[in-house]
Amino acid sequence: MKLKKMKQKDLIWLTLIAGFALLPVIPGVFTSSFTQHVFILILLFACMSQSWNILGGYCGQVSFGHSVFFGIGAYGAGMAVVTYGISPWPGALIGAVVAAAAAMIISWPVFRLSGHYFAIATFAMVEICNRLFMVWYWVGGALGLDYPFVDEGVKNFIWFEDKIPYYYGALALFVFVFGSVRWMERNRLGYYLKAVREGQETAESLGVNSTLVKLLAMGASAFMAALCGAFFVQYNYRVDPPMVMSLDMSMKFVLITILGGTGTFFGPLLGAAVLIPIQEYSRAYLGSLGSGVDLVIFGLLIVLVVVKQPRGIMGILSNLVKRKKPGQAAPEAKRRK
Amino acid sequence: MTLLSVEHLTMAFGSLVAADNVSFNVERGSIVGLLGPNGAGKTTVFNCISGYYPPTSGKVTLESRDITRAPAYKVARLGAVRTFQVVQPLKELSVLDNVLIGAFLKEKSTSKARGVANRCIDLCHLSEYRDALAGELPIGIKKRLEMARTLASGPKLLMLDETMAGLTSTEVNTAVELILKIRESGVTLLVVEHIMEAIMPIADKVVVLDGGKKIAEGPPREIIENEQVIKAYFGEKYSKRMKQERQNGPAPAHS
Repeated sequence: MKLKKMKQKDLIWLTLIAGFALLPVIPGVFTSSFTQHVFILILLFACMSQSWNILGGYCGQVSFGHSVFFGIGAYGAGMAVVTYGISPWPGALIGAVVAAAAAMIISWPVFRLSGHYFAIATFAMVEICNRLFMVWYWVGGALGLDYPFVDEGVKNFIWFEDKIPYYYGALALFVFVFGSVRWMERNRLGYYLKAVREGQETAESLGVNSTLVKLLAMGASAFMAALCGAFFVQYNYRVDPPMVMSLDMSMKFVLITILGGTGTFFGPLLGAAVLIPIQEYSRAYLGSLGSGVDLVIFGLLIVLVVVKQPRGIMGILSNLVKRKKPGQAAPEAKRRK
Repeated sequence: MTLLSVEHLTMAFGSLVAADNVSFNVERGSIVGLLGPNGAGKTTVFNCISGYYPPTSGKVTLESRDITRAPAYKVARLGAVRTFQVVQPLKELSVLDNVLIGAFLKEKSTSKARGVANRCIDLCHLSEYRDALAGELPIGIKKRLEMARTLASGPKLLMLDETMAGLTSTEVNTAVELILKIRESGVTLLVVEHIMEAIMPIADKVVVLDGGKKIAEGPPREIIENEQVIKAYFGEKYSKRMKQERQNGPAPAHS
């Protein structure tokens, strides 16, 4: 029975990953470094949104504070390289652990606030951390951290010309984040997250310790967001507070997931696959119109989605499939991707 | 043997005493009805037992373990699981997933929990709704879903809060059958019920509350005759008439 389920659902995303893995070796599809850059960002932002999705989608706690955890991860890797002159790997790991710990410590009091108040509190968190990192000498202050020239390679996870290694790095991150979420979704924790989202009181009546469940979701979510941050800084060779810890960045976590479909497994990937190319190409071609064109398009799309189909692209797809083949919604929808 | 014991339970909201010095025991394997007119404090007592309100004073013990002021999820883990008067399905989840979440209390593995959930769904006659979204079900089915969900958690004590209110008479019959079936499987039941006719034939013991105080306790046959209960339910006038009727035989219809 288990194998059968594996075949049906997992084959689709195994093919997806295999497809992604093959993309760079297909010439013509993937030759320009700008296209490669777009694909890297799609994978990275899919991972970021999926990490947000654990807390915001599955567990129903809308956070606008994920850029803080993203930033802590970025600073972890950045400080390892710039301040201490070592490999970014331990820095990324420490950053992720610190982010998870910070997330749980901050959210313990914040989880007492429900609904909109939780979201507002997380807004404040971004502003506080942004200011804090701006004036904190140890982490580089407002100037941020600029990478020195270090050896290229996996040890320093840095390449100055080639984008293909970054691409595979992003793909590995994608497999880790999406794999973990898939595992979680199938197990008790995943169901408990959904139970807390749908009704905390009911969940408690069935023996679910909702505070603990929310804290775990927050921790896991922050851990993965921080790993994405570490990748981001390695890809940009620099980090400063506005780059990572800003409301703009936080909004991207949220908007991509909403566009794709909150609380769905493939939503974050679909959202990133639509929004990131729009963002990057509009910046490249419409950049002369002034900054923020991409955000205008973002905004319009979100308004459209929220009005037309609050369940996002996943909702649109499953409706399309349902109309054609009633009862066989989910797998078909994913193959379309 | 006593499974649940409530001793001198008092719950005050400011100056309003919703439950006043209520004591009763629930014997293992029995069906105990908790009755009373609107505002008698039934649900308050229920909420105190299940950990949703911290009682002002008094003591609640489950299997001689003190559960007074224990958080709701702990009470549930110790084996006392409740339903809600106003049904609270996990709306966006399917019936199966709803019941599955109950089943996860005892079973860690998803496939085993799914087995338990499916059994409870069949027991509660919900098979045809297995994949339907819980939020889209009619009220009668939602109430049965609540029962299936709590049942799946493998409780020792099942506390049903007005599961029959608002049901059609056929649905009430199904619910009564279900309650008996649950008891046969070795689960003790504490049932808050407004509908006397439904609970009286099946309860082993009935506790009646009025104005927050316990006014009677005993087997249903005695309770029906109890004057205080009749007064609480139907008012003083009706009680007097009943008394007369009992003495003179059935009274002629009023003109």
